[in-house]
Amino acid sequence: MVQYKTGAVALVAALLLSTSAFAQDKRVVRYFGDFDANPLAAMETLIADFEAANPEIDVQFQNFDHEGYKTAIRNFLTTDIPDVANWYAGNRMAPFVSAGQFMDVTDVWEKNGLNDSLASAKASMTIDGKQWGVPYTYYQWGIYFNKDVYKAAGVEVPKNWAEFVSNCEKFSAAGIDCLTTGTSALWPGAGIFDLINMRTNGYEFHMELTAGKVAWTDDRVKATFAELAKIQPYITANHAAIDWQDAAALLVQGKAANYVMGNFAVATFKEGGMTDDNLGFMPFPEITPGVPRAEEAPTDTIHIPAGAANPEDAKTFLAYVASADAQTKLNATLGQLPTNKNSTVGDDPFIKAGFEMLSSAYALAQFFDRDAPAEMAKAGMEGFQEFMVKPERLDAILERLEKVRATAY
Amino acid sequence: MSAYWKSNQRRLAPWLFLFPGMVMFAIYVIIPIFQSMWLSFYDWDGLGAKTWIGTANYVELFDDDAFTTSLWNNVIWLVMFLLAVPVGLLMAIFLNQTVRGIRIYKSLFFFPFVISQVVVGLMFAWFYAPNFGLLYQLTEFLSGTGIAVLADETYVNYGIIVAGLWPQIAYVMILYLTGLNNVAPDQIEAARLDGAKGWKMLWYVIIPQLRPATFIAVVVTIIGALRSFDLVSIMTAGGPYGSSRVLSYYMYEQALSEYGYRMGYGAAIAVVLFGIMMIFISGFIWKMWRDETER
Repeated sequence: MVQYKTGAVALVAALLLSTSAFAQDKRVVRYFGDFDANPLAAMETLIADFEAANPEIDVQFQNFDHEGYKTAIRNFLTTDIPDVANWYAGNRMAPFVSAGQFMDVTDVWEKNGLNDSLASAKASMTIDGKQWGVPYTYYQWGIYFNKDVYKAAGVEVPKNWAEFVSNCEKFSAAGIDCLTTGTSALWPGAGIFDLINMRTNGYEFHMELTAGKVAWTDDRVKATFAELAKIQPYITANHAAIDWQDAAALLVQGKAANYVMGNFAVATFKEGGMTDDNLGFMPFPEITPGVPRAEEAPTDTIHIPAGAANPEDAKTFLAYVASADAQTKLNATLGQLPTNKNSTVGDDPFIKAGFEMLSSAYALAQFFDRDAPAEMAKAGMEGFQEFMVKPERLDAILERLEKVRATAY
Repeated sequence: MSAYWKSNQRRLAPWLFLFPGMVMFAIYVIIPIFQSMWLSFYDWDGLGAKTWIGTANYVELFDDDAFTTSLWNNVIWLVMFLLAVPVGLLMAIFLNQTVRGIRIYKSLFFFPFVISQVVVGLMFAWFYAPNFGLLYQLTEFLSGTGIAVLADETYVNYGIIVAGLWPQIAYVMILYLTGLNNVAPDQIEAARLDGAKGWKMLWYVIIPQLRPATFIAVVVTIIGALRSFDLVSIMTAGGPYGSSRVLSYYMYEQALSEYGYRMGYGAAIAVVLFGIMMIFISGFIWKMWRDETER
C-alpha cells in the first residue's frame, strides 16, 4: 500500500525542492504540519522568529489539509521523510513509536530543562520511559453556555450535577435544548462521556478503561451511562446528523443553553455574534462527591521522524518550540494554552478560565480517541452516539464494546 | 527475425496492440486482486511487520455486527437501486415524443447524471438537514415534528438511496431513449393493425425490442449499487452509529480511515465484496456469451 503512493509524495517533494533552490547555503529543516488558517499564521511567525535567531537554518514548512494529514503521515514517514512533523500526544502516537518511526528526543528534554518546564505534559509524551516529541499547545474542554438563555429562562448557573440536571427540566419546559451537541463526526459525544466518566469514577478508572484494563460491562461503566441517561432526553434531537459547528449555531441563536466543547469553539461562537458578555464557561460539574477533579486537555505536539535527514537542527527547532517565550507568542495567536509552565497565558477570559481550571486539576486526560487505541476509539464513540439516541440499548452497546476490547488491545 | 515476423504478422499484430492494455490491466486490476486476497490472511497496521493469522480475519467478520449491518445494507441498496430501471423506462417513454423543445427537456432530465456524486450527496444532505433542511421544515410544517432523515437509523439508508437514484434514473433514461430510437417502426405499425395499444403494446412489442438496453441498465445499476461509496461517505460517513454503512465504506473505514489501519481486515472485507460482485458479473458474462453463441 505505502509504496504505491510514492508517486504522489515524490511530486510534493519536487515542489518543495523547487522552493528550496535559493536557500542552498543554509541547512534545511523540513517541517510537515496540518494547520488551519489562523494557527498557520501563528506557526509561520514562530518559524520566522526561529530563523532570525538561527540564521544558518532554513525551516521549510509544508502545510497539509487537516484530515488528509492523518493519512498522509503514514506515507511520508516511510517515503518522503521530513525532519519535523505534527502529531498528537498519548496513545495517538503509540503506533509510530512502536513501529520505530518517531525519534527518541529524551536528550532534548534533558538538555533544555523541559522535564521541569513541561512537567504537566511529560506523562502524555512518554512511552517506555522515553520522550518522543515536544508539546506546544493544549486547550481545555468544559461547558460553554449562553448567559442570555440562562437569564431568559430564569435559571441559575449550576454548582453541581444535580442542579445541572434539574436546570435541564426548566430549560426543556421553556422549549430550549439544555445540552446541545453535533455528533455527526462522533468525537463531540466522546467529550461528554469522558467528562461524566471522570466525574463519576475518577481519572484512574477512566485511564484503565481507555487502556483496556476494565471491562465495558463493569458496573462502574454502567454508573457513568446512568448519569448520561439523566441528561439524554435534554440533548438536542437529531444530533447524530448535526455537525459541531451547526450545534454551535443553536447555542448562539439561543435555542440551546449549554455545549460541552473544546476551547477552539470560542472562535466559532464569537463569529456567530456572541461576546465575552453573553458567552459563559464553567468546568463540568461535580457528580460523585470527593472524586478528584480531572479534566480533558488534548495536547498537540511535534515530533522528529526516525529517518530525518537533519535531526540535529530539528532538535534545535524542537527546543525552540518548547521554550517559554516561543510558546507565549504562539499560543497568544492560537488562542490556546502554552504547555510550558514559565509561559504567560493570553489575556482572553476563556483562556484564563481554562488555565485556572487545568492548573488546579488533579490530572489531565487527552481525549477518548487519543487515550484509547484507534479501533476502540471508533467503536466507543459510535456506542456513545447510539446511547444518546437509543438509551434503552445500553446492554447491547456495552457487549459490543466489550467484544471490540477483546481484539483491540 | 523479419522472416518470422512476415510469416506470423497476422497472428502477432493483435497481441502487440493488446499488450499495453493488458500490462496496465494486470498491474492495476489483476495483481491487486491477488494482493488483497493474500493480505487478507495477515494482521497488518500498514506500518509495522505483517503477521500471518490465517483465516482469523474471516472468522472475525462472521461475528462482526458492523459487517452484518453493512451486508444487509448492501442488499437494501441492491433491491432499491433497481427501481431506477422501471422509473427510467417510464421517463424515457414520456420524453420520447416530438414536441417543440423536447431536446431541452431531455437534457434537463439528464442533468443529474452530469453532476458529480459528491455534489449530489451534499445537496441531499442539506435537503435532509435537521433544523434548516427543506424536507425537515416541510415535515415539521405538515406533522409538527420534523424528520431528520440522516439522523434516524430507520430512514437513513433510504434517504441515501434516493439521492443515488436521482442520477441513476437519468442514466437509465438515456440508455432507454437511445434504445427507443432503434425500435422498428414497421413492427409497431403491424401491431397497431392487429389492434394492440396501451400496456399490451408496451409489454409485447416495445419492451422485448428494448432487451439490450434493459440488460445494460440492469448491469450498470447492480454494479452501481454494490460500489456505492461516495454518497455514504459524503452524506453520513456511515452514521448514525454505523447504521448506513455498506461493504465498500466499511472496507475503507477499516483499512484507510482515521481510526482504521487494519489492512488485513479491510482486505478481507474487500475479498467478500469482490466475491459478491463476481457472482453478478459472471452471471452477466455468461448471459452475454450465451446470447452471442445462439445467434
